Amino acid sequence: MIKVRREVCGYCGACVSVCPEGALELVDAYLSVDYDNCKNCNICVKVCPLGALEVADEE
Amino acid sequence: MKSEYDVLIIGGGPGGALAAKTAAKNGLSVGLIEKRPAIGAPVRCAEGIGEDLIGEFFDEIDPKWISAKIEGAKLIAPDGSYFYLSPEMAGNEVGFVLDRKFFDRDLIWQAVHAGAEIFVKARAVDAIVEGGVVCGAKVEYNGRVQEVRAKITIAADGVESKFTRWCGIDTTVPLGELETCAQYLMTDINIEPNITVFYVGRDIAPEGYLWIFPKGERTANVGLGISGTQSGDGHRAKDYLDKYVNEFFPEGKIIEQIAGGVSVCEPLECTVSDGLIIIGDAARISDPMTGGGIYNAMYTGRLAAEVASKCIESGDLSKGALMEYDSMWRDSKMGRALERNYQMKEIFVKLSDKQLNAILTSVKNLKMADFSTLSLVKEIVKLNPKLIRDLTGLKKYFE
Ligand SMILES: Cc1cc2nc3c(=O)[nH]c(=O)nc-3n(C[C@H](O)[C@H](O)[C@H](O)COP(=O)(O)OP(=O)(O)OC[C@H]3O[C@@H](n4cnc5c(N)ncnc54)[C@H](O)[C@@H]3O)c2cc1C
Ligand code: SF4
Ligand code: SF4
Repeated sequence: MIKVRREVCGYCGACVSVCPEGALELVDAYLSVDYDNCKNCNICVKVCPLGALEVADEE
Repeated sequence: MKSEYDVLIIGGGPGGALAAKTAAKNGLSVGLIEKRPAIGAPVRCAEGIGEDLIGEFFDEIDPKWISAKIEGAKLIAPDGSYFYLSPEMAGNEVGFVLDRKFFDRDLIWQAVHAGAEIFVKARAVDAIVEGGVVCGAKVEYNGRVQEVRAKITIAADGVESKFTRWCGIDTTVPLGELETCAQYLMTDINIEPNITVFYVGRDIAPEGYLWIFPKGERTANVGLGISGTQSGDGHRAKDYLDKYVNEFFPEGKIIEQIAGGVSVCEPLECTVSDGLIIIGDAARISDPMTGGGIYNAMYTGRLAAEVASKCIESGDLSKGALMEYDSMWRDSKMGRALERNYQMKEIFVKLSDKQLNAILTSVKNLKMADFSTLSLVKEIVKLNPKLIRDLTGLKKYFE
């Protein structure tokens, strides 16, 4: 599953626009991930200009 | 916030602001919601705009909107050679580097003065869709979610647009057509204060470019965009930017950092639906060659409100009636430029560093009276006839 490093995220929305599942959204000052819809394709991880997204092991 | 408006606008960027101002001027009741606590901040933009383009919207340009007046541009090839566009040549490409903190805020002021109601920290969390017709939005405001209904809803929520998706329209940007960007506002750097600089090349910004847009004598927006497919661990937009800044501006001070996404795909196939108009970045209407979208957002915002006013007056809010907006912007100068520049971009992203060097060397000594992106490309093609093979789709623009 993907994990947002909040201290790195610039809240720019680049990842939101490429997510094919519409699973990301900028809410106030954080990026929200809808894990029910996320398909773990990692497109968002690749596109982030700051490297704020990473793949984390499922808990 | 009222529970009903003639027009509800989602997003307070330049597109939303122009839509709000125009609709209010036409006598409609207008609500605009912006999820951020302040209009125009943080700025996710390099802030460049052509003088003639901005002049289309205002009788007077307020000096506080302008950080720098631009008189020429330098295009730097991967081998370091450059093509200088002097003020005489730059023609319709001269312009301004804005201060969008002031500019965006003033656009909203103008909308308020025209009669629009503006709400910040007000976020659309869903669309109201009844029988396939968009009837407004669910809005989170002051700690509660309320329904705000509208005859026409305008999606002006930028590159991160969710509203349109909630209306059932897929707005996903393909990975290869999203420029992933990082930018620093830097001070204490040696720049030419009236010249914009563009670097191209695979090492510096693969499938994109690096820009230096002056904001004062020793201050500039220094940023770059690379294609989403070229981005990844260890070679993200920020990594490329850091590499450049460390090499060229080691003494410079970074006073702001932003990231961003710019769509360089074709616009949405259709930018209206029953009760809905989509404008600006939300409709993917930014220039695929340059990434510029301020003008396009304002243009489509104003047009959307004009068409909405007509449709509200006639009582026909159907997709068919709103299609006038879609066909008008596609037929406009802006729409035609988008179509052409998309095809040019498709070719330019494929050029190797060797080809880029050759092209910039060949145009170095050109004198073009009426410079424009198109005239530059025409000259490039003239000087590099082999390129025409790849340019089949562009032929019609050169005839
Ligand atoms: C790094 C970078 C550099 C750029 N440089 C230039 C340049 O030099 N020149 C140029 O012309 N263009 C440039 N652009 C593009 C330009 O910034 C955009 O095209 C322009 O801002 C689009 O305007 P807009 O009104 O469509 O959207 P935006 O300006 O993005 O405004 C959308 C607004 O909607 C709000 N919003 C989003 N979702 C919701 C919601 N659910 N509820 C309420 N509000 C919401 C957002 O907070 C935002 O304020 C650049 C972009 C980037 C990222
Ligand atoms: S692309 Fe990266 S920086 Fe931008 S919102 Fe997504 S996680 Fe944050
Ligand atoms: S991993 Fe894929 S589906 Fe999940 S949030 Fe990222 S882009 Fe969307």
